[in-house]
Amino acid sequence: MYSDKVMEIFKTETGDSPKNAGILKNADASGQVGNARCGDIMKIYLKISDGVIIDAKFKTFGCVSAIASTSIACDMIKGKTIEEALSFENSDFVKALGGLPAVKIHCSVLAKEALEAAVADYRKKQAKLAGG
Amino acid sequence: MEHEIYLDNAATTYVSGEVFSAMQPYFLAHYGNASSAHNLGREAEAAVYKARQAVAALINASADEIFFTSGATESNNWFIKGAIERSAVKRVLVSRIEHPSIMETVEYLGRHGVEVEYINVDEGGIISIPDLLSKLSKPTALVSVMTANNEVGTVQYINTIGKICRDKGVLFHTDATQAVDSITLDVKTMNIDGLSMSGHKIYGPKGVGALYIKKGTQVETFMHGGHQERGKRAGTTDVPCIVGFGKAAEITMRDMSINNARIRMLRDYLIREIEGRIPAVKLNGHRTQRIVSNVNFSFQGIEGESVLTLLDLDGICVSTGSACNSGTLDHSYVLDSMGVSDEMINGSVRFSLGRNTTKEDLDFLIEKLVKIVGNLRKISPIGIKGEL
Repeated sequence: MYSDKVMEIFKTETGDSPKNAGILKNADASGQVGNARCGDIMKIYLKISDGVIIDAKFKTFGCVSAIASTSIACDMIKGKTIEEALSFENSDFVKALGGLPAVKIHCSVLAKEALEAAVADYRKKQAKLAGG
Repeated sequence: MEHEIYLDNAATTYVSGEVFSAMQPYFLAHYGNASSAHNLGREAEAAVYKARQAVAALINASADEIFFTSGATESNNWFIKGAIERSAVKRVLVSRIEHPSIMETVEYLGRHGVEVEYINVDEGGIISIPDLLSKLSKPTALVSVMTANNEVGTVQYINTIGKICRDKGVLFHTDATQAVDSITLDVKTMNIDGLSMSGHKIYGPKGVGALYIKKGTQVETFMHGGHQERGKRAGTTDVPCIVGFGKAAEITMRDMSINNARIRMLRDYLIREIEGRIPAVKLNGHRTQRIVSNVNFSFQGIEGESVLTLLDLDGICVSTGSACNSGTLDHSYVLDSMGVSDEMINGSVRFSLGRNTTKEDLDFLIEKLVKIVGNLRKISPIGIKGEL
């Protein structure tokens, strides 16, 4: 059902030493999307310096593809500018995962939305800093 | 795989060796058509009759009240549609936690002018008798309530429901697929008019089941085109599978008390260990009014498909009520009807024990489960201190 890449990421993130899963200490922003009814809640933490995402982590309540989608998103946005990160489509995440089952594509959409929510949180905080 | 631990016996069971041996000659030596007049045919028909008697004995019915089908899904479809078709009253009551083969059948009838009402259940999954009585105040053709639920294992008070329906002159059907393996049923004293069951939940083959129809009950023919099953269900008789089903019924009766005692002990052990070793868990279903083989837990803060997948990687087979695993992204309506929260429904995992389950299997499961739940909670954005 799942690609080897999805399973490999899932095993790493749910194992004893996750790669991208967990809290990011001193994060500059975070964004959470999803709800318990559909079974997926995703949170992405960002550390940003000079407009570049220097670190990203996630926490996810959800299935195999939800965990893999948020993990691959964190991998792909690290080292990218905010604009570059936002330019990723959910299909880019799906491609990097070696595909997702049709009923699981929404997981990649949620990962993109979690990233957008984290960036919105960052911009709000920056505006507040500039304003204050 | 180092271990293969099968805890999904509510989905299907293995075929027991005795059953398999009983079936084999009917593929190779005694392959006759049970409808043929010659010796090979008569042999086949005799074997089918023996199986019919064994299946009938399991529920204290007569052999001529047993109709072989392709499984419980067909039996459920047949009785509900067939009884409604023959009834002048076009109204049916079912519980909110029936199997999809009942739910989707009554939804279909609902689209064709039949009035359908759903009987509420409490947080343990037991149907509300006051609600049943109140909904029976209008003329009703049929009530269908499953004997034991497939997800949470809750066992209904079938005696009471049967008595109420008989007193009111309403037909009572029960889907006993998950129950016949461990509960002694008596269609006569329980006032049951229709009962569905399946071979592959009692260590028999897949693709065969039975419908019991109480003598004299008006139920329309399901399949036209032959005289098989007394003209009510046409199609060449599946002799090997029916022989296997009959053998499985015979063994089930013979070994029920010894199997029940052992499996119940294992079930209670698993419940105790999970509750003792993993915080923030909820046992779904009824604590005592449940079949011996069912354990269903919700683990707060984590999702069931992830648990299932990680257990599968360790060679342990379970199932989940999570939306993520349904193929349609609909979560369990059974748990929803019992008032379980969305988060906890998506965190539900069913462990269904069987005749080959050992304490060592459960110890292995528990060690893995403690670790898996801990790891998944570490990466979950939901805390586990909330209300259960």
